[in-house]
Parts: sequence; structure tokens; C-alpha cells
Amino acid sequence: MENVLVSLVPLLPLGGAVVLLAFGKRLGEPWGGITATATVAASFGLALAAALGFLGGGAEPEIVTWFDWLPALGVRAELLWDPLAALMTLVVTGVGAVIHLYSIGYMEGDEGYGRFFAYMNLFAFSMLILVLANNFAVLFVGWELVGLCSYLLISFWFDRPTAAAAGKKAFVVNRVGDAGFLVALMLVFSTFGTLDFGRVFEAAPAELGTGLATAITILLLVGATGKSAQLPLYVWLPDAMEGPTPVSALIHAATMVTAGVYMVARTGALFDLAPVSAGVVAVVGAATAFYAATVALGQRDIKRVLAYSTISQLGYMFMAVGAAAYVAGLFHLLTHAFFKALLFLGAGSVIHALGGEQDMRRMGGLARRMPLTFGTMLVAWLAISGIPPFSGFWSKDEILAALFQRGGLWTVLWGVGLVTALITAYYMSRLMYLTFFGERHWSEGVHPHESPPVMALPLLVLGLGSLVGGLVNTTWRPALEHFLEPAFEGLTTATLPEGVTLLLLATISAAAGLAGIIAAADIYMRRKAAREEGPVWDLLRGGYRVDDLYARVFVDGGGALTRFAATTVDEKGVDGAVNGLARLTGWLGARMRPLQTGFVRSYGLVVLVGAVALLAWFLSRGVF
Amino acid sequence: MIVASWCTVTPGWYMALAAVLFVIGASGMLLRRNALVMFMSVELMLNAVNLSFVAAGRELNVIEGQVSVFFVMVVAAAEVVVGLAIIVMVFRRRSTASVDELSDLRG
Repeated sequence: MENVLVSLVPLLPLGGAVVLLAFGKRLGEPWGGITATATVAASFGLALAAALGFLGGGAEPEIVTWFDWLPALGVRAELLWDPLAALMTLVVTGVGAVIHLYSIGYMEGDEGYGRFFAYMNLFAFSMLILVLANNFAVLFVGWELVGLCSYLLISFWFDRPTAAAAGKKAFVVNRVGDAGFLVALMLVFSTFGTLDFGRVFEAAPAELGTGLATAITILLLVGATGKSAQLPLYVWLPDAMEGPTPVSALIHAATMVTAGVYMVARTGALFDLAPVSAGVVAVVGAATAFYAATVALGQRDIKRVLAYSTISQLGYMFMAVGAAAYVAGLFHLLTHAFFKALLFLGAGSVIHALGGEQDMRRMGGLARRMPLTFGTMLVAWLAISGIPPFSGFWSKDEILAALFQRGGLWTVLWGVGLVTALITAYYMSRLMYLTFFGERHWSEGVHPHESPPVMALPLLVLGLGSLVGGLVNTTWRPALEHFLEPAFEGLTTATLPEGVTLLLLATISAAAGLAGIIAAADIYMRRKAAREEGPVWDLLRGGYRVDDLYARVFVDGGGALTRFAATTVDEKGVDGAVNGLARLTGWLGARMRPLQTGFVRSYGLVVLVGAVALLAWFLSRGVF
Repeated sequence: MIVASWCTVTPGWYMALAAVLFVIGASGMLLRRNALVMFMSVELMLNAVNLSFVAAGRELNVIEGQVSVFFVMVVAAAEVVVGLAIIVMVFRRRSTASVDELSDLRG
């Protein structure tokens, strides 16, 4: 029974995608969107039904075998239904369904309405394959498919050159990470002779040396940094905001970019054997969290603030899973999915209301015009800033507490996390103040209005999630931890401090959030729009010019390489060989021309002499 | 080995005659300039070979000698048709049949 449920979970969105690709135009508005939303919502329902066993406790993980895929490698198309997969499935389908619903309103009147929902459904299917995979091969298929969907949806409005370029950038940068991931899979296969999760993780402690474990996990991390937009492969995510806002919410905030976090958690058994790699994961996460938070300070485009904020929050998750605080990382993944999706959808609502305006300098004073959007975004703002009792507080605090509890150098990461929390609260407050408070700065002729109900309802649902989502894993009732316990059985996981220490840490992190909000209020509320000029602001706004650096090194370098290949190797080498052969033939021909005298009789003589010579040769050899 | 004697006509005579005819043909081919005559020389060479085939076939008591001759004659007939046509056309166009003057394809 559960096998069927679990199989249907990814297959429903796939069916929706196929139907929409074939008949999307004919279904028209809003039936195309309703079809897509219904399939994802149905998947959510089925996943919920299948997950009931885990909620009650005691249910065993299940493996659903579809078919023999690569018999030569012993790879089968198999799904794994365990608490970790269940959590991810619920997040993907739950948040996914809500965002699909929102898109019905947001994409209204768009030329590619059917195509949009076909891609969205295809993405839901791909992401579900990724989180439900029972072996590295199927995981990789999902991994690549979500990358493809991301590309298709970023460059959805492909007639805009910037969108097309952003899609290409995302695709290429992800390939860099995927290369590392692929090599990791090869190493796993050559070591264990199988790609099956269960068998690999079971055999790992006995068969895997520390060196090899470190190599594999570092390569996995390379893949994760690409997909999850961590340093140094994060550059594609800010540009990905060229896509429609629901796409930014679903793919580039709530689900796909968390694939790296999920993957590290899933392969925790390998990271367990490679403490160095786990440390590297945490350091990359901390560096990314801090770095992206500072860049978010200077952005003017509302979606780019949220994009850098996403990168930063993903850094928190990496810190957590690197510190073996898997539950904390996944908890933050869950709450982040709620509040960041909400922030994006709210931003989309604002952009929608202002007729496509994304520059925060031309917003302001929208709170009274859009009370519902403002109200729900307020919840998300407090959640991401880590103000109790909103969801973000619980998960962020759990990460910071786990880091603190590990002690030693991990305390440094805790400090970085704390400072980042302060900066996070600051830049989010800046966004809120510039958008909703103060005087109106929007241009004449724009009449901001509240979004239609189909867009408002998702905001409310996600607002509820951001409000109470944290309660699934509080200190006195760690339900999520119990739920996920079987998935991390046998691993050394981080512990949380107890009693006064925990309370103190919670107070400190909440105070950091509050301090950020107040500090921003001091600047952006009183002095309205702070000037934000000078070299430091330019540096922040430009993301420390990393894009320029990458363009200089990789794009120009690659260009020089291809030019070398085209001019020197191809024109001189390959073409040179062919032309040289032609010249040799011509030269030989010129030397041989005098043989053709044009006198028939001399030809006859040659034939005769040849025949005689041949005859003489035969005779001398004694052929006759 | 067949021993030649002056009183009987042994195959050796035929071979000798064939050789003489062939040499005459070859000489004509090399020495004459007129395309028509050269053509006749070629025919002579072909027939010299035919003669040797027939003689050898007769001597060895096999039929292949005569069969080969028929093939050669058929091919030669076809070749004459084409060759003569060419020579006639060349003569019409250039008013000469001298092969030494037909040297347009000199390298």
C-alpha cells in the first residue's frame, strides 16, 4: 500500500508535466495552473498519508523498486521512504503546492502560462526523485534534472537577454559542481562496488580509510556548493532572480538549493568518517553565511537582497550539517522553506502591485496599501531575524547552540553565526523599512493594490508556517528530532547544551536579532533613505566584485583558451596538416608532369617495355 | 617438350609465327604515326595472341584456348567500333590522323 503511495508521489507531478507539455496551450488559463497545483497538492496528501507511520513511530523505512536500471552496475531505480525522505518530500510538495497556487495568480496573462506550469511540475518531479532516491545514481538523475528545470525556469522569459544569460550562468556554474559530484560517485563505486545507500553506508566504517573518505566527501561538497550556492560557486543564484518570482521562491529559496544540505545529511555516514571534510563543510557554510549577509546589505533590488539572504541562510544549514547537527540543519531547512518562500512571494506581490518595479528606492509606504502582504511579510521578517517565538528563532538558535556545544574552534563558527544573525536582522529590516514604511517613492501613475485571493492565500499559509513552524522542534518537545532519529542512527551527532547555557545562548541570539532590527530602524526609519554612497557601499552592492573577478579569470581565460584552440591549434595545426598534404600532392604532380609527353607512341613503348619487363620477371621467378 | 623438326608443322611453328606477327604489330604500333595504321597493328597483335591461344589449346587438347579466342575477338570487335568512331571524329575535326599532332594532353 505504502509502496504505491510513495511511487505515486513523484509520478503525479510527472504526469502533470507531460499533460501540460502536450496540452498546456489548449487547457489555457487557469486550468493549466489548476492541473499543476492539483498534482502537487495530491502528492502532498499522499506523502502525508505515507508518512503517518513515521509520525506514530515504529514504522520501518521502505524501499520501493521500480525496475532494473543499470544491471551491469547493479543499479536499480529504487525509492527510499524513510523519515529524512519523508520530511524533504513534505517540504517540497507542501511548499511546492502553495507556490503553484500562487503562480496561478502571478503568471496570469503570461504568454507561456502552460509552459511555466509544465516546467514547475517537472521540477517537483525532479526534486522528489532527488530526495526519494535510494542510491547515488538515482540521486544524480534527480540532481541533474532539478538543474535542468532551474535553467529552464530562470530563462523562462528567454526573450530577455539578461534572463537567457542568467540561465546559462546557472547551468554552467552547476556543471562545475556536478563534475566534483560525479567523481565522488565514481570513487564510491570503485570502493564499494555498489551505489546503493544502505550498502555503502553499512560498509563504510569498515572499508573506507580516512584519506579516501575525505576525498569522497570533499568532492561531494564541491557538488553541494554548486547546487546550494555556497562559496565559491554561489555566483549563479543572485542572477537566477531573472526568473519569475514564484520560481525564485520555490526553486532558488525553498527546495532545490537545499539539495546540497539534504545530500550532506543523507551521506552523513561518510562525513562521519572524515572529520576534516565535515569541518570544511562547516567553515564553507560559515564563510558563505557571513559573506552573503554583508553583500545583502548593499543590494537595492528587493529580490537580490532575498537571493543573498538565501545564500546566507543556506550557509547556516551547511554549518549545522558540518557540525553533525543534522536535525538542526534540516530544521532550519524546514523553517527557511516557509519564511523565505513567504518573503519571495511577498516580494513578488509587491513587484506585481508596482507593475514590475524591483528597486527598493522606488518603494516605501506600502504597508497601508497592501496590509495582507505587509502582515505576512512581517511574520517572515521576524522569523528570519530570529525573534522568538517565530520559526526562524528556534532553528537558528538550535544551530548556534549546537556549534557552541562542540567547543574549541567551533566556538569561532558560533561567533560568526551570531554576527551573521545580527547582520541578517539588519538587512531584512532595511528591506522592510524601505519597502513598507516611510514615504512613498513609487512613480506617478502606479497604483499599488493588494494581490488577488489566489495569491493571498499562499501568503497566509506560509505565514502560518513561519509563525508556528518552529514549534515542531522546541527544546521541551523535540518532535522533529524523534521523527528523524532513525535516519541518523549510529552516527555521532552534535548535542545541545542544557539548562542555563541553552537559555543564555537563546537570549544572546535573540538579542542579536533584536539589535539588528533596532540598529536598522535607527538609520532607515529616522533618516528615511540613508544615502548609501561611497566605495564601501559600491563594493557591497557589487558583491565584492566577485563576478568581475570570475569574468576576468574564467570567462576571459576560457575565451583565450578557445581562441588559442581556434587560431593556433585549428587553423595552424589541423588546417595546416590538410593544406600541407594538398601542397605535397601538388608538388609531386608538378614533378611528374613531364612524364605525360602527349605522344601516343611513346606511351605505347612504355606499355610494351612494361609488359616485357613483367614477363621477364615472371620467367625469372619461374612462375610458368 | 615437343621436338621441332623440319618436316612436320609442330605447334612450335605456330608459336614462332605468332611471335613474328606480334613483333610486326608492335613495330607498326611504335613506328607508324597514322592512327588508322596503328589500329591495324593493334589488331595484328591481338590476332597473334589468338593464334598462340589456339595452337596451345590444340596442343594441350583443351577447349579453353579456343574459348579465349572468341572472347578476344568479341572484345576486339567492340573496341574497333569505338576506336574507329573516335578516329573518324578526330579526323573530321582536325583534318589529320597523325597521333604525333594529337598531343593536347601533354603535361
